[in-house]
Amino acid sequence: MKKELGILTLLLVLCGITAAINPRFLSVPNLTNLANLIGLFGIFSIGLGLVIITGGIDLSVGSVFALAGVLLAMMLTEWNWPWPLAALAAIGIPTVLGLINALLITRLKIQPFVATLCGLMIYRGLARFIAGEDTKGFGNAEGFETLQTLAKGRLFGVLPMPFVILVVIAIIMWFVLHRSIYGRYLLAVGRNEESTRFSGINTRWVVASSYVLAGVLTGIAGILFAFYTNSISPSNHGNFYELYGIAAAVLGGCSLRGGEGSIIGILIGTALFQVLQNVVNLLGIPSALNFTVMGTVVLIGVLADQFFQERAKRKLVKS
Amino acid sequence: MNPPLLEMRAIGKRFPGVVALDNVSLTVGKGEVLALCGENGAGKSTLMKILGGVYQPDDGQVLVDGRPVKIDNVTDAMKLGIAFIHQELNVLDNLDVASNVFLGREPLIGPFKLIDRKKIHADTEPYLKRLGLDVSSWTRVDQLSIAQQQMVEIAKALSLNARIIIMDEPTSSLTLVETERLLKLVCELSEQGVSVIYISHRLGEVEHCADRVAVLRDGKNAGELTQNEVTHDCIVSLMVGRDIKNFYVESNAQKTPGHLKVRNLRSSRYPARQVSFDAGRGEILGFAGLVGAGRSEIVKAMVGLDRFATGEVSLGGETLPVGNPRAAIVKGIYLVPEDRRGEGLITGMTVRENTTLPSLERFASLFLINRNRERKVADEQIQSLKIKTPGCEARVVNLSGGNQQKVVLGKWLSMDPKVMILDEPTRGIDVGAKAEIYRIMRSLAAQGAVILMISSDMEEVLHVSDRVVVMHEGQITGVLERADCTEENIMQLAVGKKITAAKAAFTN
Repeated sequence: MKKELGILTLLLVLCGITAAINPRFLSVPNLTNLANLIGLFGIFSIGLGLVIITGGIDLSVGSVFALAGVLLAMMLTEWNWPWPLAALAAIGIPTVLGLINALLITRLKIQPFVATLCGLMIYRGLARFIAGEDTKGFGNAEGFETLQTLAKGRLFGVLPMPFVILVVIAIIMWFVLHRSIYGRYLLAVGRNEESTRFSGINTRWVVASSYVLAGVLTGIAGILFAFYTNSISPSNHGNFYELYGIAAAVLGGCSLRGGEGSIIGILIGTALFQVLQNVVNLLGIPSALNFTVMGTVVLIGVLADQFFQERAKRKLVKS
Repeated sequence: MNPPLLEMRAIGKRFPGVVALDNVSLTVGKGEVLALCGENGAGKSTLMKILGGVYQPDDGQVLVDGRPVKIDNVTDAMKLGIAFIHQELNVLDNLDVASNVFLGREPLIGPFKLIDRKKIHADTEPYLKRLGLDVSSWTRVDQLSIAQQQMVEIAKALSLNARIIIMDEPTSSLTLVETERLLKLVCELSEQGVSVIYISHRLGEVEHCADRVAVLRDGKNAGELTQNEVTHDCIVSLMVGRDIKNFYVESNAQKTPGHLKVRNLRSSRYPARQVSFDAGRGEILGFAGLVGAGRSEIVKAMVGLDRFATGEVSLGGETLPVGNPRAAIVKGIYLVPEDRRGEGLITGMTVRENTTLPSLERFASLFLINRNRERKVADEQIQSLKIKTPGCEARVVNLSGGNQQKVVLGKWLSMDPKVMILDEPTRGIDVGAKAEIYRIMRSLAAQGAVILMISSDMEEVLHVSDRVVVMHEGQITGVLERADCTEENIMQLAVGKKITAAKAAFTN
């Protein structure tokens, strides 16, 4: 909990300063835009967080967005599939890709970094090939208005749907990670896979399922992203998004060594990231420095965390 | 008369709570092969680590060529010509043979100070020839067999002008042919004037190659045998004879023999050896043997943790599928593993989370865990086992070794064990906690559970076992009834000798 409090403080201080310098930060359009982005990024960051908690990593997320996005646009506008079927496929494909990652990692014993790095390259290439290097969009095609409303509508006219979906998913995943048997197994496997196996738990299954679950969440986020950008350029749609997710999870208290992390932490991490982007815009910092600012903040966050942990340890030894 | 090459005088070494070595002396002459024998924990390794510069002695002196020397670290030992070949080989298997031999002292060449590869390979070849190792110095070490890797270590020792080579259990992972070749090499080294200190549990090898045998017991010199006195029996009689108080109390538990049956069980460590035995309810069956006898491997196979194990385990007539850890737990067969931190506990988690991990379904409704129910069960175990912890929400990493072990026990005790297997249950645990763990084992047996206990501590084996199974190199050499449980009998069986007192491990 301490970790989350630390980063939450950072988030609130950042919001406070920005609001003081530029009151537009608190304007309704800015806040809804922010909420929309937090929703989009938060959903798949939770999936990535689960994978990181088991001690793994998934680098293929961004490329999966491109592949699923291109296919979704083609299914709806070129092949005229009914929208429920297309949506199901857009979630199903990333789920199957997650399953492939899972099998490579748990059955064939390939390191998660390597397996998903290959995925990153393979799926990006596939997306470009399938789209014939063309940008795919939804244009003025008809017949999937319901899906469109679900993805980009506003609940009560204010709350962006991605944010609403994130809240629902976060609540479910909070129970899954922090209150369910499965969640306990995830944390246990990440801390010590051998001891967990000795307690009679099928650790391969637990690890594998985290990649599949991440696939489902990536699929849902993928649909929302596709409608958010409205046009999917296969060569750069979703580029680096896996890194945003990893950074948000780490900033939110997940350890890349596994066994540590919380849903709330991941959410705060994601929010901090989006607010930072927003701050860069609002404060007139050259947008070219976008990545530099974010990288610096992650570094400071991790350093500060290290510092406080060391100090806590020293206190414990002294007492 | 010339002083001996090496003399260790009145060496003493204490660790917190134990005296590891007490007034131990040892001499080694030039070109002599000295075998060092003793039970597990007799002090052989500690003594050799002092010689190799890993530990510093608290008392006593080490003399080389009659001059007192101070060996502060491994480099000092090397400079004195003392090389240590550990049981776990220290080769870097991603490098070639020559790079291993010259690791850390590579000759450099040219303005960029690059490694002079020509020179190290040219310099390595003669050592390989001398050892009769028929591989190129360019071969990567991971392409070599274990025996050949060992030769690379010996070549490294020779290249350092080693005059004394310490070999700790060098044959434990070698085949018969490889063992013979190594023994021959030891003789050749001795002819070339290199002294060898040879630690081995295999008395046949000791008889074969030693000029002299020194035996340690309880961290003291137990005696020495010259070459013509060396026999199996003489060595064993020196190794045993510790002053062991016999605490054994006849248990009054109702015993039903043959409740647990293990048949033809093979572990992946010893795939060619199979193990069969019976154990009864109400019984504590001890498993004795020297380190590496394959006892841990067998119990891991029993509870399904060895994926490649074969054989049959049945409890009360019901057969258990092998290779399925869940199935064993469902049947109530639990293992308290040897490596508490690595296999028994998730030390970063709390006492509560560790206690309930294998039986979480009990605490959940609709997949959601009820933490209060968890706390109740964890608190019960904390109370009944007297676990010293600030509470059930304390992380296990902050508890002492004895209390950590109790958490492992509590985890299984809360699940009504039918068979409890304890692997080295009291290693590294203080005396008070030890007594409590014995008490817990007794009361479990009295409640009708089958208890299997692996222990390398002779005192413990004699202290708690109702019967003792003795293993040697992956096989059961015999089972001793309570009346025949003596240190001498166990030791004879542990070194692989048949004795008449031993009974069969099972009846059909």
